[in-house]
Amino acid sequence: MGLLAALTRPQAEDFLILEASLLNEWRLEEWRALFTDECRYLVPNTNGDPYAPTESSLYLIADDGHHLTERVKRLGKKTAHAEYPRSRTRRLISNVRFLERAEDVVKVESSFITYRASQGVTDTFFGRHEHCLVELEGGLRIKEKRTILDMETLRPQGRLSIIV
Amino acid sequence: MRHHRGAQADAAIRIDEESGRFRVARSTYTDPALHAAELEEIFSKCWLFVGHESELARPNDFFTRRIAGRPVIFLRDKEGTVRCLLNICPHRGAQVCRQKKGSAKLFSCIYHGWAFENTGRVISIAEADTYHPKFNEPGCNDMVPVPRFESYHGLWFLNFDPQAASLHDYLAGAREYIDIVMDQAEVGMKVVGEVQEYSARANWKLLAENSTDILHVVTLHPTYLDLIKTNSAGTMVRGKVVGRSIDLGNGHAVVERQASYGRPIAQWIPMWGEEARVEIEAIRARLAARYGEERAHRMSTHARNLLIFPNLVINDIMSVTLRTFQPSAVDYMEVSVWAIAPGEEFGKPAMARRLTNFLEFLGPGGFATPDDIEVLESCQRAFASSREAPWNDLSKGLGREPDATDELSQRIFWLKWRDRLMQRAG
Repeated sequence: MGLLAALTRPQAEDFLILEASLLNEWRLEEWRALFTDECRYLVPNTNGDPYAPTESSLYLIADDGHHLTERVKRLGKKTAHAEYPRSRTRRLISNVRFLERAEDVVKVESSFITYRASQGVTDTFFGRHEHCLVELEGGLRIKEKRTILDMETLRPQGRLSIIV
Repeated sequence: MRHHRGAQADAAIRIDEESGRFRVARSTYTDPALHAAELEEIFSKCWLFVGHESELARPNDFFTRRIAGRPVIFLRDKEGTVRCLLNICPHRGAQVCRQKKGSAKLFSCIYHGWAFENTGRVISIAEADTYHPKFNEPGCNDMVPVPRFESYHGLWFLNFDPQAASLHDYLAGAREYIDIVMDQAEVGMKVVGEVQEYSARANWKLLAENSTDILHVVTLHPTYLDLIKTNSAGTMVRGKVVGRSIDLGNGHAVVERQASYGRPIAQWIPMWGEEARVEIEAIRARLAARYGEERAHRMSTHARNLLIFPNLVINDIMSVTLRTFQPSAVDYMEVSVWAIAPGEEFGKPAMARRLTNFLEFLGPGGFATPDDIEVLESCQRAFASSREAPWNDLSKGLGREPDATDELSQRIFWLKWRDRLMQRAG
């Protein structure tokens, strides 16, 4: 049986917990390595259809593999001023379930709360992630991560300078 | 009291031509009394952007928004007329519409059930027969429209001052630059998707200053410059910025300069590939056919950051964005941002390039805008020292023909701010 076919809900959850820990610890290059080279990292607008096509709708973030690599490079620099000094973050992942199971891709939904503390202010982000997971070289990889925010707006958070 | 605020505004700007200094008091970003004066003299008397008519695609479409604190309904009525109503029930004051957006032929107040057509005309009052016979005469119980509501190129503005000069006159020299942006479209500019809504824990004037500030790009946004260097495969190395800052009258200003990045209209970069090169050459050729080679060149290869006093930014840069910000508190603003694109781009690859360009720089998840928010909030925190370190400096380029990285546009903003608070603005 292939990795995807045998994947249990707790194993999927473990994978998401690992991902969250890499982000909490700012190990962003390792986090990027959890994705396939060609991938999508999407944060739809808080207004509108969260599944609208990226080619014709304004997202908040709509990275392809190239832009995700560049985003990770940016966040590794001291000149990424919004995140240097680095904010302190904590991601809580919960309510993990499979949305779809196909032979070559598994779609996992999770709920999240992410706290970000910086410059004396703590902001909260919340919503759900949808991960499309594939098998690559005997391991799980993220082909697409769609982060759907539940906040009505980005007020008062003001920015998405971290990977929530 | 009014006289006092005017004197305070007057003292807040110090210009010393001899030593080439233009300074602004930092208390202007923190003083609640000045904030109250701004709400009265600027936000209750200037033309304020509400939305673009393409957002209201069909009759009965509406959005509820807050403009200078007032809840309004921006809508297209059943006849197709674009309107802006104060979102307050004539009866006891509840917000008549509590949805963010939608389509509705009528609005019904949840408190006592008064109902209105989307023209604002009342159609139902609870227990109407219990009122005096004259009470229900036509026009007596309708929703109140904003005092003035006018548009230019589909951009709708309101004015809370019934005596204000027309929007056309108010825009003054800014019309030429709105034309340059809007004329890039063959079938009209339209909003793409939905508005982005974010905020900054900073005084609204900081974003007004920042939006036409080109000087900060190199120091605040190096990670964006790194990205576009990668994207253009080194073909668009940024040299000295070639361009100028221009006073457009009434506090409006523009900074126009050669763009150092790809532009959907119409400057190709290698990352977009050969097919896109052909498309972009065709776009440019059509522009030249419509407007002549010189204007087409300027439209295509130049970027422009336009501030329409007090709080509308039209930035035609790597993408075109409309940005407005509401002064919710002296140290907090709510920012709304739209992407607009020519109608003919919808469904074409050009749109994807435009949106990618947008998100690379702009919005709360971009490679640049979060750093702008960061520095504006940093300024706001530091202004707590404004008693001991009282002055901001905006002197760059004073006394010479100002170029694109001079602080002319910020000085223009502040001089109009002072005029408005001293009640001597036209």
